[in-house]
Amino acid sequence: MESVANAADRPVRRSGLVGLVERVGTHNFSLLIALAALVAIFGFLRPDVFFLLRNILNIGQAIAILGILATAQTIVIISGGLDISVGAVVGLSTVCIALAVGWTGSPALSILFGVAVGAIAGLVNGLIITVGRINAVIATLGTMAVFRGVAFIISNGQSISIFDPAFRFIGDGKMLGLPVTILVLVIVVAIFFVLMRYTITGRNIYAIGGNPVVARLAGLNVRAYQIGIYTLSGATAGLAGMLLAARTGSGQPISGSEGLELEAITAAVLGGCALTGGKGTIIGGLLGVLIIGVLDNGLILTSVPTFFQMVAKGVLLIAAVIIAEQQARRYG
Amino acid sequence: MSQIGSTEPWGEAPRRNLSDRSESGDAAAQQDRTPALAALGVSKRFGVVRALDNVTLAARAGQILALVGENGAGKSTLVRIFEGVYRPDQGTLAADGVQQTLRSPADAHALGIRVIHQEPDIVPDLSIAENLFLGDFRRIHGLFLDRADLKRRARDLLGEFGLENDLSPWTRAGNLSPAQRQLMEIMRALRRGLKVLALDEPTSSLTEDEAQRLFRVVRRLRDDGVGIIYISHRMREVRDLADRIAVLRDGRLVDERPTVEFPEAEVVQAMVGRPIADLYERGSRRRGEIALSVRGLTTTRVHDVSFDVRSGEVVGLAGLIGAGRSELAEAIFGHDRALAGSVAVAGRSVRLRSPADAIAAGVGFAPEDRKSQALLLLRSVKDNISLAIPDLISRFDFINEGGERRIAGALVDRLRIRTPSLDASVANLSGGNQQKVVLGRWLARRPKVLILDEPTRGVDVGAKAEIYRLIAELAAEGLALLVVSSEMPELLGLADRILVMAGGRVVAEMPREQASEERILSLAMADNLTKSATVQ
Repeated sequence: MESVANAADRPVRRSGLVGLVERVGTHNFSLLIALAALVAIFGFLRPDVFFLLRNILNIGQAIAILGILATAQTIVIISGGLDISVGAVVGLSTVCIALAVGWTGSPALSILFGVAVGAIAGLVNGLIITVGRINAVIATLGTMAVFRGVAFIISNGQSISIFDPAFRFIGDGKMLGLPVTILVLVIVVAIFFVLMRYTITGRNIYAIGGNPVVARLAGLNVRAYQIGIYTLSGATAGLAGMLLAARTGSGQPISGSEGLELEAITAAVLGGCALTGGKGTIIGGLLGVLIIGVLDNGLILTSVPTFFQMVAKGVLLIAAVIIAEQQARRYG
Repeated sequence: MSQIGSTEPWGEAPRRNLSDRSESGDAAAQQDRTPALAALGVSKRFGVVRALDNVTLAARAGQILALVGENGAGKSTLVRIFEGVYRPDQGTLAADGVQQTLRSPADAHALGIRVIHQEPDIVPDLSIAENLFLGDFRRIHGLFLDRADLKRRARDLLGEFGLENDLSPWTRAGNLSPAQRQLMEIMRALRRGLKVLALDEPTSSLTEDEAQRLFRVVRRLRDDGVGIIYISHRMREVRDLADRIAVLRDGRLVDERPTVEFPEAEVVQAMVGRPIADLYERGSRRRGEIALSVRGLTTTRVHDVSFDVRSGEVVGLAGLIGAGRSELAEAIFGHDRALAGSVAVAGRSVRLRSPADAIAAGVGFAPEDRKSQALLLLRSVKDNISLAIPDLISRFDFINEGGERRIAGALVDRLRIRTPSLDASVANLSGGNQQKVVLGRWLARRPKVLILDEPTRGVDVGAKAEIYRLIAELAAEGLALLVVSSEMPELLGLADRILVMAGGRVVAEMPREQASEERILSLAMADNLTKSATVQ
């Protein structure tokens, strides 16, 4: 009974380290420690380069595309789904944008077109999964091949160059002292963070991922949410395609096929998502991306051969998930 | 013997000589006084929770020991220690007087200790015979499965239980009824020298008839010299079955006596730690307008059901498992698709395409299975309470956290939900408090009609009384309640009117004054018997 009295009070805010860990979340706190450790190691190995502003911005630019995809993937995974087609959508989007720049000469319209194509691709995913009642992994595995095929068809398998200087500015220009790609990343992550943390929509996405039957019995339209989430994931992939097209100055049907979707899933899981749904945070997903980015960058600076970098990333993911599982078991 | 208060120290408990405790009037104990399995001063902690505190308890061969206590009292933890799943932090186990350390269930099995869990573990796509002897198949030429041998052994085992005519060894296990699965679990436990059998709430999903069959088997095992540990919430079956009753509360053994010397009221008092007043306070109720009207409702599992519930009225829905009660509740709530018929709430017809429609019309529904249908186990108490009221706690989709806390906090207070805070995970609450969270979710919406499916399943005695009081309170406030329950005394105590369902139909309706357990049961089973006769 004694506990009833204070139940309605404000949440207990503990001070000191315990309070800090509680507010950040144990998983995110471990990620921060891991990130700090990586920074310390590479900073120690290459103090001459690693901490230079140029290098830090490099890292930011390198992870911008992955960061956008991974935080969107985080939302999909929290909802209990998975979107494997995002890499293919990125490729399709670059091709569509490159073609649209050629037709219209307007970067703004072209970007809108690319995002719209991504959204339509996501909508198709959502409809197949909900109306067709097909497992998300299978559905998006199928559409991944379809989207990639479409990208090849409309581009004739060729890379399409973009010469529009305004569009190229997105890829290598700066605003407010920051590369535009990093600004886009920050804005997207901020929107997703607010969505998942402060809105009913976000709360309900956690609910349908936690248990769709419970969500339905509480009056949520689970299918509508799922369709919306895959559409959002597709549109975000379209936006990532815009960044990629701007960076490379071209639309390439093959781009995005270097395992971007798997890296996005890796980062989300590293960030604390459970593939069973209902669990994970946007900040966690972003930290997962940062860890991958710092690791990539550090391994290059310390001249570790590419093939070994791949091994290191895989080992990192598995180690992180093992640690997270053990934490979950200990703290329930 | 007097009730032992919670303040009494039990530090010396382990030193008690167990074999001296058997009473002269205890016939079964006289046959064999060695504890087949004993916990000696066992303690177990999970984080800050002390699940077991210095428990000393023995199951003797040829005796049925009932283990009772509220949820969270430590019964299941003790059983898991007996089973080798958990290892005690302090204290030891002794089997046949020899100290043992169990590292895994395999160790327990080797000593002849078996546990039958609430939900039997079977492989649904294998046959009965294969399930029974999984891990113990004999082979021909060391390679091929000896099907003839398997069939013979399975048939022998079925014969021992008098089931050889009902069940073929090759029947798919997934087709068995819950009771048959329980029996299969017991048969499986039997095949290697069984010494101690623990049953954890084995009857929670059984019908009366199936339970009786299970009891016959349990008694026979006892007479064959097996030590039985029987966990149940149902006082009547505990009293029918057990030779001794041990009561756990807050991880401690608070009392243990032969059943004949342990009246029911004292058992309950020992479980709760305080006397329980009359469980069903009714208060004054005034029936109002018709709040829920169901006409000719038909789904794949419910046939042509019509009835009304007035505001201020509690209508009970009785029937056996599979009679279609939960299915009817789900159909009214729009979770199951209606093929025909109509539902009206407060005189207004409701088009039921999904639960959202029912909720919008003013209906709330607390489903049968809290964990899989009602609760978001990963989320907090607050989030679970506010799940169905997004409109009341947000503006332009942004959550007004202060308002949300006020609403959830008020409900936590009103329903006396015992939780460390609004932000505590709902998974860590006891069954009773979890159920109150589900009720809170619907009360937050201020519904006109509330449907409760098995509202006290897996809920301990104390919380049960609170839920009954709450139901009476809500009825007095003018809510219309439809309560599905398999516990007859509960229905008779709560409901103003009782509908009896069988075979997906409402077969009888009676006011409370004319209802009795016998009458309801015979109505519920009459149909069942004719139906099963025509089916089989």
